[in-house]
Amino acid sequence: MTRLNLRQRFYLVEVLSGLGLTATHFFRNMGRHIARALGRSGVPGAVTIQYPEERRPYSPRLRSLHRLVRREDGSPRCVACMMCETVCPAHCIYIVADEHPNPEIEKVPSRFDIDLGKCVFCGYCVEACPEDAIRMDTGILEFSSYSRGGMIYTKEMLLSLEPAHPDGRPRSPIPIPPNRRP
Amino acid sequence: MITDLGIAFGRVAFVMFFVLNLGGLLTWVERKQSAIMQDRIGANRASIFGFRVMGLLHPLADGIKMLTKEDFRPARADRFLFVLAPFVSVFFALVAFASIPFGDTLLVAGREIPLQAVTLNVGILYVLAMLSLGVYGVMMAGWSSANNYALLGGQRAAALMISAEIAIGASIMGVIMIYGSLNMQDIVRAQGRHFLAGWIPAWGIVTQPLAFILFLTAGIAATKRIPFDTPESESEIIGYFIEYSGMKFGMFAMADFLETVVIAGMTTSLFLGGWQVPYLDAGGLRLPWGWVWPLPHLAVVLLQVGAFVVKVCLMIFFMMLVRWTLPRFRYDQAMRLGWLGLFPLSIANIVLTGLVLLAWGNR
Repeated sequence: MTRLNLRQRFYLVEVLSGLGLTATHFFRNMGRHIARALGRSGVPGAVTIQYPEERRPYSPRLRSLHRLVRREDGSPRCVACMMCETVCPAHCIYIVADEHPNPEIEKVPSRFDIDLGKCVFCGYCVEACPEDAIRMDTGILEFSSYSRGGMIYTKEMLLSLEPAHPDGRPRSPIPIPPNRRP
Repeated sequence: MITDLGIAFGRVAFVMFFVLNLGGLLTWVERKQSAIMQDRIGANRASIFGFRVMGLLHPLADGIKMLTKEDFRPARADRFLFVLAPFVSVFFALVAFASIPFGDTLLVAGREIPLQAVTLNVGILYVLAMLSLGVYGVMMAGWSSANNYALLGGQRAAALMISAEIAIGASIMGVIMIYGSLNMQDIVRAQGRHFLAGWIPAWGIVTQPLAFILFLTAGIAATKRIPFDTPESESEIIGYFIEYSGMKFGMFAMADFLETVVIAGMTTSLFLGGWQVPYLDAGGLRLPWGWVWPLPHLAVVLLQVGAFVVKVCLMIFFMMLVRWTLPRFRYDQAMRLGWLGLFPLSIANIVLTGLVLLAWGNR
């Protein structure tokens, strides 16, 4: 336990120095706010980001909402090999395989559901995929729902998503499940 | 007769309007000031038709939220006292401002209107009494909640209030000795003189600097806000209003803000010259080097009322600054500061003031 010296025990000096610090912050930030409101200077008075309107850029490595990669003709690149479903530690992927019309391609998923209420965003499905058919690069982080059912994303929803811009901004609109109220 | 009643009503209405609005606005001030001090922006999302007005609608949203919340009462609580407690807290905080003068006498159509809700010869004692009675609401809340934590919080509040009130009373003594009155209006009038060939206004902060610091410290303790918020300690040890919800809870918060306004008004009246503007007397502006700018009566009164409002707002700013800078005192530290720091220093201040008054003749 450190002993306080006399000046610290007197308390008033330390209080005044603390008040000086906070007052400095107040008046500096207030001046910046006013200067900004008058259009004189661009220095922000606060370090916070007004989140839904302003966003900080996401890292390209960020694991965000999944998407299914499409072929040239728009069909899913996925061949329903079940690797991702097997490797998924949260058991949140549900695939039903079907035969592909093209004999060159063995299978195609007729259903590909991801339950985002269970997903832990570990990215194992992306690593496991031999066809590079599933990626987590949409940059979308806002997916919420008032029900568990609303958290289940189907094949069509996942196929319609686009990769994010290079700076991390999402390119496709945030998919709002039909049962989510505005 | 009717005119007298109307004037009396107007005086009370002005004080009520001032104190209640300032108290309500303090929730906004607290949010915004703390935010700016901490490099944040603060609550700004509440809007009506898309107009946010810098978060000024948040107190309104808070009020609606508080009024529509469930008004819960514990099964074993004392029903009468439990309901009465928040009203007692708010009431005494509200009426305490009544004897604080917000301006000099206003002369309208041959009438003398004292700008003060109640003209009391013992105004200071009245304010002190009302502030002391305010703690009854807190103690009633703690006791009637039938909750041990609330009871302990109420006891902490009572102990803190007593140590603070004694320091407040003792530190004011020096001011009373210098200005020779218990009437707030007289004390403010006496602060209109100037020292040093008319350069320095004879405000309480100049004549009684030690008492100013002691009074302000004890006054912040009396408002039960951080650094002296042991009674409520919302962050961890929880206090007297733990069982309250809805608007009753809001009334306790409101009482704290009102007490802040009252303490700010007291400090202004006793130490910052009240409604006095430096170098301004009834005739107009009279600067020390002999330059005189005559002003009409109404302008002088308006300037004085404006000065009072500005001073109170500055004091509130300062108290908010303290509240958002200092960490909380532990219970024993607060007690030690009150009984072994503020109280003996106040007594020393009384003795010192007495000696100086003896040496330099009466006043």
